[in-house]
Amino acid sequence: MEAGPARELKITPIRNGTVIDHIPDGLALEVLRIVGGSRLGRDSTVSIALHVRSAKQGWKDILKVENVEISDRAANAIALLAPTSTISIIRDFAVREKHPVALPDRIDGLLRCPNLECITNQAEPIESSFEVIHRRPIRLRCRYCDEPVTDFLPQLP
Amino acid sequence: MRLAGRDLVAIEDLDRPAIEEILEAARALVPAAEGGSVRHTLEGRLVAMAFFEPSTRTRLSFEAAVQRLGGRCLTIADPAATSLRKGETLSDTLRMISSYSDALILRHPNSGAARLAADLSDRPVINAGDGSHQHPTQTLTDLATIQEACGSLVGRRIVILGDLKYGRAVHSLIWALALFGNEMVLVSPPSLRLPESVRQRVRHLAGRIREEDDLATALADADILYVTRIQRERFPDETEYRRVAGSYRIDRATLEGARPELRVLHPLPRLGEIAPEVDPTPHALYFRQAFLGVPVRMALMQSILGGGA
Ligand SMILES: [Zn+2]
Repeated sequence: MEAGPARELKITPIRNGTVIDHIPDGLALEVLRIVGGSRLGRDSTVSIALHVRSAKQGWKDILKVENVEISDRAANAIALLAPTSTISIIRDFAVREKHPVALPDRIDGLLRCPNLECITNQAEPIESSFEVIHRRPIRLRCRYCDEPVTDFLPQLP
Repeated sequence: MRLAGRDLVAIEDLDRPAIEEILEAARALVPAAEGGSVRHTLEGRLVAMAFFEPSTRTRLSFEAAVQRLGGRCLTIADPAATSLRKGETLSDTLRMISSYSDALILRHPNSGAARLAADLSDRPVINAGDGSHQHPTQTLTDLATIQEACGSLVGRRIVILGDLKYGRAVHSLIWALALFGNEMVLVSPPSLRLPESVRQRVRHLAGRIREEDDLATALADADILYVTRIQRERFPDETEYRRVAGSYRIDRATLEGARPELRVLHPLPRLGEIAPEVDPTPHALYFRQAFLGVPVRMALMQSILGGGA
């Protein structure tokens, strides 16, 4: 093994991909799971910074995923679970788009309904569907059975 | 709100004028529901009764309503006899039944089945009870009964007794009574209180809700006592169930301190919540309530289907 001075490993800039910043402290791994986690390609370097000082929110997490531009579905999930996050799309080392995550009025196909009796939890060819009925804090309601949902993590498939 | 061609999945789909219109039509249809006059509003119409769980009472009430208006029914009353048993999805079955008929009345054990049917069918769908979710024609029947008993649906004091947590038909009733600006006094075992989410949903409406522990106090100046079922499966053991159910049982002694005008409603069937000794008293209105389900369903079908007939 080559000996040398200890090098500090920082989060390096990425050429192409997505940076998700201002993730609420401790949620980066959940966000990674939403973005694709183990299903990401071999050429995707993933960098995670946990518990980083932030002027805005005290502590935050940061996630950088190379060569991945996240789907609308993933963006919706991040808006639900980590609502303070911002998403930047990087192309050729430059930030092409940067925006806070935005919660749509309706969230389809993302969460399981917590009501086991709900028709969306039976063997029907339909997606779950929730209406956003309150934004701060976020509250959803199943469009089929009206079940309220406020705790989203357990409802991810 | 025009009702012609619409679905009725949840009572909250209706606004106050639409509910008033249905109740007014229902009053006018009472003689026809009793067989005293003949209507032909639904002549030539075929209404599918898709009952995927047994509910003879509700099914008969809908069938009576359709036939009293001159329409005909296509009935699936035995889920075991349908292709669902062979693994066909409800979605496929609903598409098929809907294509055979002019409207679909659905009863299903799963919550949200009525919304699914409404999404799939291009014919009007009426929810006749989807699991513990919604049963809007029961709510309309409850309102018609209260209106008939009190002369008006506005500003009444209504005691609601029993399981207010899981009984979603009761949540719909509370919503509707709040819409009309009534005062509701809720009496329930501590473990079966009204969920906060229901309170939130009616907060912006005119009605008021308060809780009362003592039934006699609640009944003192009430116009209506609405009794709901307390189900065995909500309790950890038989002893606890019997203790609670026993303490909420309505008999002649319970009603002694109430106003003579107090009327008692129950969606039926009852499981001992109301003693039979109450039946012959002027308080008992639950059998009238069951009958009023027919003119109410007639009025609804007429509004939804009758327009083009
Ligand atoms: Zn649901």
